[in-house]
Amino acid sequence: MIPVAFDYQRADSAEAALAALAEHGDEAKLLAGGHSLLPMMKLRLAYPTVLVDIGRLNDLSYVRDGGDHVAIGALTRHRDIEIDPMIAEHAPLLARATANVGDPQVRHRGTLGGSLAHADAAADHPSALLALGGSVVVRSADAERVIDAGDLFTGFLESALEPTEMITEIRIPKHTGAGWSFQKFNRRAQDWAIVGVSAQQVNGHAQVALVNMHPTPVRATAVEEALANGASAADAAALAAEGMEPSSDLNASVEYRQHLARVLVGRALTDAGIA
Amino acid sequence: MEVTVTINGQAVSADVEARTLLVHYIRDTAGLTGTNVGCDTSSCGACTVHLNGEAVKSCTMLAVQADGQDVTTIEGLAPSADEMHPMQEAFMQCHALQCGYCTPGMVMASVSLLDENPNPSEAEVREGLEGNLCRCTGYHNIVKAVLTASGATEGMPA
Repeated sequence: MIPVAFDYQRADSAEAALAALAEHGDEAKLLAGGHSLLPMMKLRLAYPTVLVDIGRLNDLSYVRDGGDHVAIGALTRHRDIEIDPMIAEHAPLLARATANVGDPQVRHRGTLGGSLAHADAAADHPSALLALGGSVVVRSADAERVIDAGDLFTGFLESALEPTEMITEIRIPKHTGAGWSFQKFNRRAQDWAIVGVSAQQVNGHAQVALVNMHPTPVRATAVEEALANGASAADAAALAAEGMEPSSDLNASVEYRQHLARVLVGRALTDAGIA
Repeated sequence: MEVTVTINGQAVSADVEARTLLVHYIRDTAGLTGTNVGCDTSSCGACTVHLNGEAVKSCTMLAVQADGQDVTTIEGLAPSADEMHPMQEAFMQCHALQCGYCTPGMVMASVSLLDENPNPSEAEVREGLEGNLCRCTGYHNIVKAVLTASGATEGMPA
């Protein structure tokens, strides 16, 4: 399968990429690792007329100490996140979720910024970003803004990014030493989660996010509120499917996903030491 | 557009469409047909090659993304025409293939695995090869071959 023909532009700086986006708007797509975009283009589910290759912007591949947070360049590849000592110390949930993405070949190419911009509810990274309370730094040709994880995912494969914007950095608050868990249920090793859970202890309360339980990556607010009101982990986990609208597909019915969410949230809370 | 990829140490230049996939550039432009196309959807790993030393799926890369980069295919792994790479040797010794279709990708993924983790456990080998599908062997002898190549075969059932 070969994508529809497109004009290829290789950006040698973030500024050049943003100028190309400003010129072409929603006709253009950014190509980073390409492991979400190229499969969609090969299946002709996406057919941008201009492809702006940002894969060589090595200055956007980094992990830095930002004081109260870890700053990760948008083009940092999954493999680099998986083995980074600073992320292992301050945001181990992100490292574990990343290690569950696809397979080693995919993780050598895919980038964190690309995965988040793709905004797939079935992907592992968005749930980790939500549970960790992270944010993304977003630039256009003439402005920069920060979008909290909770405001980033707006619809099915839709994010709050404008067509002229790109994610340049991901910020993860430091959760050094706090309990966390990542749970993923699938049938084959490399698959997307049928249902997944990210859980993070934050100053004595729990932040829980679900994979593939809703059209968007989503926080399990019913679970979090029950815990905040003193419910036991078991009672809170029973609310995991509250307010969710999971889909039914070849792997699982709606009812099975709801069941998995309750079971996996229960395991995640126990694993994260959230009583 | 003009694309130059160094494949197995040799620069290969061609004027190709931007949408040309790396695997087609390797097979059709460079004429190196050891790299197979299996699923064509980045699931099966038959198209695995090394890009700058790391295993990647060449069906999910544009040739132009590899412009100016180093690619190694199964043909470039052996040190000479009459000597196999230790991983190829181990695959042969352990009978780690039957039909052979997955083998080039499986070998390339296995070499990359040992580069990153020179002394893996059996579980780490199985997990590390999650991106490569084999429909013949049941994986057992492939895992054995990778462990053999790593020098750790003690405790493996025959």
